[in-house]
Amino acid sequence: MPEEEKVPVYIMNKRYMVPASLTIMGALEYAGYQLKRGCGCREGFCGACATVYRVPGSYKVQYGLACQSVVEPDMYIAQLPFFPAVKKTYDIEKLKPENDTLITIYPEIGRCVACNTCTKSCPQDLEVMDYIQAALRGDIEKVAHLSFDCIMCGLCAARCPAEIVHYNVGILARRLYGKYLNPKSKHLEDRLEDIEKGKFDAELEELKNMSREELEKTYIARDLDFKIT
Amino acid sequence: MYPEYMQESIKKVEASRQKRLELAKKSREVVKPMTEEERAKILNRFHPDYQKDARREIRVGPNKGQKLTTAVADLLETYSRIEPKKFDLKEPDIDTEVLIIGGGGGGCMAAIWASEMGAKVTISQKLRLGDANSMMSQGGMQAAVNPHDSPTIHYLDILGGGHFDNKPELVEALTKEAPFITKYLEELGVIWDKNEEGFLVTGPGGGTSRRRLLSCEDYTGAEIMRTLRDEVRNRTDRIEVLEFTPAVELILDDKGKCAGAVLFNLETEEYFICRAKATIITTGGYGRLHIKGFPTTNHYGATADGLVIAYRAGAKLLYMDSVQYHPTGAVFPEQIVGFLVTEKVRGSGGQPVNKNGELFVFPLEPRDVEAASFIRECTERNLGIKTPSGQIGIWLDSPIIDLLNGQGTIQRTLPAMVRQFQRFDIDITKEPMLVYPTLHYQNGGIEINANCESTIPGLYAAGETSGGLHGRNRLMGNSVLDYNVFGRRAGIAAAEYAKKAKIGKLSLNHVNKFNKEVEKVGIERSSVSPMLLPSYIPEHVKERQKTTTYQGTLY
Repeated sequence: MPEEEKVPVYIMNKRYMVPASLTIMGALEYAGYQLKRGCGCREGFCGACATVYRVPGSYKVQYGLACQSVVEPDMYIAQLPFFPAVKKTYDIEKLKPENDTLITIYPEIGRCVACNTCTKSCPQDLEVMDYIQAALRGDIEKVAHLSFDCIMCGLCAARCPAEIVHYNVGILARRLYGKYLNPKSKHLEDRLEDIEKGKFDAELEELKNMSREELEKTYIARDLDFKIT
Repeated sequence: MYPEYMQESIKKVEASRQKRLELAKKSREVVKPMTEEERAKILNRFHPDYQKDARREIRVGPNKGQKLTTAVADLLETYSRIEPKKFDLKEPDIDTEVLIIGGGGGGCMAAIWASEMGAKVTISQKLRLGDANSMMSQGGMQAAVNPHDSPTIHYLDILGGGHFDNKPELVEALTKEAPFITKYLEELGVIWDKNEEGFLVTGPGGGTSRRRLLSCEDYTGAEIMRTLRDEVRNRTDRIEVLEFTPAVELILDDKGKCAGAVLFNLETEEYFICRAKATIITTGGYGRLHIKGFPTTNHYGATADGLVIAYRAGAKLLYMDSVQYHPTGAVFPEQIVGFLVTEKVRGSGGQPVNKNGELFVFPLEPRDVEAASFIRECTERNLGIKTPSGQIGIWLDSPIIDLLNGQGTIQRTLPAMVRQFQRFDIDITKEPMLVYPTLHYQNGGIEINANCESTIPGLYAAGETSGGLHGRNRLMGNSVLDYNVFGRRAGIAAAEYAKKAKIGKLSLNHVNKFNKEVEKVGIERSSVSPMLLPSYIPEHVKERQKTTTYQGTLY
């Protein structure tokens, strides 16, 4: 195979030639970095590799996940491996999902100037400012839904002029929603009661004591039933 | 965007879609599931585990003489990173009741429950808290919550999937506690997908005979992991978290009980002695070993560190001869090769089809069977599609999901997948994905009983690092359930044990002993473990770096 085209990139202002198809993370490793911080799941789920960069001819600082963004020629790259964000501690059992719960725990959301920088810096393209505004109104459900795909990479908090830690507001809202507001499943309650009463104990005991041959037979004979109940 | 030459094949997928759709609407079994004999036959011929060089005999340690996955045997037949005589064990730097090695899902669950039992907990975590495969699970968690399902049916599905090698007491605990865990996670604030009446949404998975997969969009793992992590962080008074501080060796006492670990600050490269009354290993799996050269879905930290140190201390391993390749890893574009394409795609009706647009296998076989049939399609039958970089894959027809379940289903239920491919200009609501098996899961591990006790007193294990539960093949959605059920059990059991445990004189003699065994079989001194970090630095750079081994080792 012919050798792949290489492009120059500036890792923390130092120039390296790297293959043009690499992600920023791939470029860091190709250049010789043994990553400790700034590298996690490598598939865009964990938020470890928040990265800021700038391309030539533009004053704009751009944001991305190093594992998900392909390099561009002459880009200047810096990672944000840690941000000293506020995380309040609370006992979820003692909280109530009320209008002022979020602002009581994170009063700094009141400082939001609606500049939308958080939304622009989100690598997941979430409506971050909208959920902070919803948090101000005490709309826990809306915060939970709008923030659901958040990977807590910290770019929003790093850029916020009001020093809000959006993603910690998001997880608090989601926990309140999941625990108190998401409707409860009746099937689950029934099943827990059945298990409590030992309804399945005899059947399980029978399976546990089966020989391999008997188990194979029972397994093959089982019915497939994908109906929705 | 797909290259021009693939368009002809994509047209064939589109051409056959309507007919496949009509059949799928009538019944899920467009292609019949395989019989046990057919399964055995295809595994034997095409699954990577069954190839000649896949396994070899291990020559040292508790499993000596057994055949293990070759890469695992290589990893275990190594020297320690440390020189025991350089450590003064008389005055530990950290004294704790329950030491948890590995701060992923299982570790966090164990920490919460051990602290709930009143124990003082310390978590040693190699990267950040929550940096784990747990964060990356997309498809869901199994729990028999539907009225026409039961823990018994769940049990039977697991055994069939695992080829009946599973440890019954573990499977019983898993299936019986699944509904409790569902409820417990909800009480912590996990947002399960629900329908309008509040019923849990359930989906089918490979090898399941009922709809049993609970989900949180396709961010299921992330939603559970970030909630558990938040809960651990709320308990700063009872749980100490040491990030970027992995354990590199276990410490035993003079009676052979586990008594803590040697911890290593990855950044300052200092070592610390941690004495603990009970120790839990929750370090996850080994995807980053890239067994047989496969790409992996796994987290950067998945290097089996806990497995290595437990083995060196004398813990027995179970089923470390069996590797799980997830059938659907991305093969195009190049930047996402090996990434997970969740089984939820097939659970929602997505179909694997070859370059002629033909559906060639029941889409929901257990993972090993499904993966083997993909490999057959791409090798023996030569009906795969070649990528520009020379990889081969088959199509996973995703647009059919919207046709089956209504427009907007993909966007609503698989947003992570849509986002993943959109970044590279592929719209999976309109175009199929190109996939091939990828290294996904460590089926075996440290042998445990239902209380998560290993064969070393005072040493517990839970989650992917443990072995026995899944037999030789795990089913979808049972890993998330595994680390929750057994993380909790390990936390409770370790905290109870810690209340009574009396630790004797600390010792690293087992490390010396193991090193001697390794020396005897002629391994080079530069071969050390645990690996801690995989290296992706290219050879031409490594040559200039001149370092013989990797950072932080004493050789």
